[in-house]
Amino acid sequence: MADRAVQISPAFWLSLTIVALIGGSAAMVALRADSFALAPHDWAALRFTVLQASLSAGLSGLLAIPTARALFRRRFPGRDGFVRLMAAPFVLPVVVAVLGLLAVFGRNGPLNLGLAALHLPEVSIFGLQGVVIAHVFFNLPLATRMLLHGWQAIPAERFRLAQSLGMPPSAQFRHLELPLLRAQLPGILMMIFLICLTSFAIALTLGGGPKASTLELAIYQALRFDFDLGRAALLATLQFALCAAVTLMAARFTVAQGFGAGVASHQVMDGPSGWRRGFDAVMLAAVAVFLMTPLLGVVVKGVPGLQDLPAGIWYALLRSVAVALLSAVIATAAAVSLAQAVAKGQKWTETVAMLPMAASSLVLGTGLFLALHPFLRVETVALPVTVVVNATLTLPYLFRLLLPELRQIQQDYGRLTASLGLPPTAALRYVVLPRLARPLGYGTGLAAALSMGDLGVIALFAGDSGATLPLLVQRLMGAYRMEQAAAAALILVGASYALFWAFDRIGSHYADA
Amino acid sequence: MLTLESLTLRQGSFSLTADWGAAAGEHIAIIGPSGSGKSTLLMAIAGFLPPASGRVLWLGRDLAGEPPGQRPSTILFQDQNLFPHLTLAQNLGLGLSPTLRLSSAQKAHVDMALQRVGLGGMGARKPGQLSGGQQGRAALARALLRARPILLLDEPFAALGPGLKSEMLDLVAEVASASNAIVLMVTHDPNDAKRFADKTVLVANGIASAPVPTANLFANPPQALTDYLG
Repeated sequence: MADRAVQISPAFWLSLTIVALIGGSAAMVALRADSFALAPHDWAALRFTVLQASLSAGLSGLLAIPTARALFRRRFPGRDGFVRLMAAPFVLPVVVAVLGLLAVFGRNGPLNLGLAALHLPEVSIFGLQGVVIAHVFFNLPLATRMLLHGWQAIPAERFRLAQSLGMPPSAQFRHLELPLLRAQLPGILMMIFLICLTSFAIALTLGGGPKASTLELAIYQALRFDFDLGRAALLATLQFALCAAVTLMAARFTVAQGFGAGVASHQVMDGPSGWRRGFDAVMLAAVAVFLMTPLLGVVVKGVPGLQDLPAGIWYALLRSVAVALLSAVIATAAAVSLAQAVAKGQKWTETVAMLPMAASSLVLGTGLFLALHPFLRVETVALPVTVVVNATLTLPYLFRLLLPELRQIQQDYGRLTASLGLPPTAALRYVVLPRLARPLGYGTGLAAALSMGDLGVIALFAGDSGATLPLLVQRLMGAYRMEQAAAAALILVGASYALFWAFDRIGSHYADA
Repeated sequence: MLTLESLTLRQGSFSLTADWGAAAGEHIAIIGPSGSGKSTLLMAIAGFLPPASGRVLWLGRDLAGEPPGQRPSTILFQDQNLFPHLTLAQNLGLGLSPTLRLSSAQKAHVDMALQRVGLGGMGARKPGQLSGGQQGRAALARALLRARPILLLDEPFAALGPGLKSEMLDLVAEVASASNAIVLMVTHDPNDAKRFADKTVLVANGIASAPVPTANLFANPPQALTDYLG
């Protein structure tokens, strides 16, 4: 096994880099923190962060149960489309969704116009409820997909057995579905909670002010507006400690795949009839309306604006595409390398690959900001920093997506590869990559779209020029140029899905046999 | 000369010992109940399982630490002997160059090997387009190209019908004779052993006993073999 040491070394160096980046950022912010005495508004930010994340996770999970259940037990035309719709928000740029939610729930949106016509009080999309609505918009579909996955993993024979024994739906729920929920829901809730803890763009656009500021947002404001490095460092330390604690807790739960490639619909069973059929229909319709009207809103608002596009949009697009491509390629290469090491039995690498879950865009950003600003003007490195941070933060998703596939390849072809003595590069080229093409294309597309739509660290680093497309959209919104913002958002969403689609197609093209 | 010197293999609570050798050109069947460790023995020789104690020697050289691809052996597994996404020519080419950088002379060798196992002109096909028997032939053609002095067969033809299987065994004999290779063949079927192997190893009760002439073994079966044959 002489060449084993050579084989593991890329994964080893990669692990070292990740640990250094995340550990370094954490150490950097902890060392620079003024003092660990929290001011009242820091406490408020902490409280708000935890509150909105709990509400968002709870609501998403609560609504996902009947949605996933209805999707599981009903067959209707357009069901596959519905399942695919559930995958869409995961790669939807946050600013686009926010614009859509503003179009629907905003002051002049259809909801409030309707309420006004009925002489009912106005609903505000800003503040706590706005942040929670936006988080549910993103995470309800994710939770639904994960639960649906779990439901489909229950052997069909068990449902048939239950039906042959004449179990009513309530008993089926108790004996078959409740154990599933008990096993999966905690992990799903923890994961959404964690995602919402690190939410920045939603808080930036829909939150704000002392009452509705997350830690991420407070870090951004301390650095960007007050240039109070000590306070930013303190907040970043707090944020890192919080996320690290939650990540550690979450690691104890198993989480089903939700962002993996299509959820098959092989299981055919008849759901109960009667009022339950009506309930399922209403549930699915409500979710479809909730997810689709904001998207429709962006299109309606944005199409007229396409004739009057803001200055600099094409450069912003170019920057975004470059960042997306680079970070996607880096993240994918890193994920393959680490997952391959784990598939070959090097277990500790898994911890390293999941480590970025504990970091957030603004924590890494603050760490890098503190490390870099004594030496150079930070806006000159805005794009490289964004590439590195985006690649790091998408790594855990890609890793989780690719690990089972690589394990399978190792199980099926590991011995044959070894018996023929293929060196690591040849094994990668002739065995791993061809077998992995489909999930690899899908994953790279996912990473590219996520990075394309990301509005996080770039907001911290970018100067007046040099914005990426999501940042440009956010700035247009801030200037109340909503039509231009929506038009730019349309281009952003088009480019994101085009990147995703292109990589996915390349992957399927090379996947065969 | 392959020597298993006071070899002990362990996997969890399972253990197997062997202490014997095989000379060039010998065809040896390995027979015994399932779970007795027949495959385990092959895995150890092929380099997938390090011995708990004892040594595997080739021409007096200890093979410990030598990775499977560098060992003087070729192994055919029960299944997954070909990469389904590569063409036959590529699958065979890996037997000559693990990085698939083939000279034109090597490419000609690949074509000849395909010819020799009756798959001439099929180099551009993928394994999925072949029958089970043809896949077995392709794997044997690669063994032919690798020309290693030990050929290990872990029941690669178990899924084939009796007619096809005996055809394959003839081909194995042909491939092995090209490099005067030792053949160690795991089998469930006493007829395979009688038909193909000069000697047979009985694996039972944690011991892989020394090879004895096949005819003698079946003429005078030890208790473990009668238990197994029923």
